[in-house]
Amino acid sequence: MYKVKVYVTLKESVLDPQGSAVKGALHSLKFNEVEDVRIGKFLELTLEKGNYDLDAKIKEMCEKLLTNTVIEDYRYEVEEVVAQ
Amino acid sequence: MKFAVIVFPGSNCDIDMYHAIKDELGEEVEYVWHDETNLDRFDGILLPGGFSYGDYLRSGAIARFSNVMAEVIKAAKEGKPVLGVCNGFQILLESGLLPGAMRRNESLKFICKPVELVVENNDTMFTAGYGQGERIVIPVAHGEGNYYCDEETLERLKENNQIVFRYTNNPNGSIADIAGIVNEKGNVLGMMPHPERAVDELLGSADGLKLFQSIVRSWRENHVLSS
Repeated sequence: MYKVKVYVTLKESVLDPQGSAVKGALHSLKFNEVEDVRIGKFLELTLEKGNYDLDAKIKEMCEKLLTNTVIEDYRYEVEEVVAQ
Repeated sequence: MKFAVIVFPGSNCDIDMYHAIKDELGEEVEYVWHDETNLDRFDGILLPGGFSYGDYLRSGAIARFSNVMAEVIKAAKEGKPVLGVCNGFQILLESGLLPGAMRRNESLKFICKPVELVVENNDTMFTAGYGQGERIVIPVAHGEGNYYCDEETLERLKENNQIVFRYTNNPNGSIADIAGIVNEKGNVLGMMPHPERAVDELLGSADGLKLFQSIVRSWRENHVLSS
């Protein structure tokens, strides 16, 4: 099996209201070294192995449903795991 | 004229929409469940507000792949009026029928209050009953109504007069104070404010009724008078 970790974040050019609020909260806690906070989503997919192009499949899932490419970017990591 | 109110699991403004059409506008209307595969019998399609599929993943992201959406896209291509309000607008964005996307409100708060809008374009099938630049009051109720599109798209929206409603006092951070836009063809309108909640003075405003009356008038001009 594959364990696929997908990270979704708002594009750099898109203002992240949640991130801005959290940055403000961190500053008020005196964490003044914080320059920016971006909040995103983490999805963990478990895929069965098969005769398919894994990268193409993940890309298709990300662009069709998992992210909205108008405002979001994504990246992913693949880990091979042994079924238990 | 016969309207469909599309109902998804989690829609919650479907009854208001039905009431607006049946009791205030006096036209035919039916609830249509999200797994319907044929909308040919309808002249107009209404996507109501709510939290389809619990807003999981993103507002409208899952509803966009329900069976009925293929039919909504088909109806839009045929030139039938398609109106998406609030979550309905979010579904139209996710489905690509309208450009752009929604972000969380700038304040991060759910906003529920009447707001003033300016009718920026009264030359559409949805707004012909309003005056150009008319100010109207319609309630909003959303947590994710902060409209976003890139600059190129915004320029296109402006050039084609696709911005139909703007907020006079932007409540959510939307780019260019956008409250509602149409597609290039002008038959698909998405808006965050709820016209179906402003169809009788008893509700605090009847300014939304003209929107529905405009749709009917335009449909009659094209279908009844010409036949």
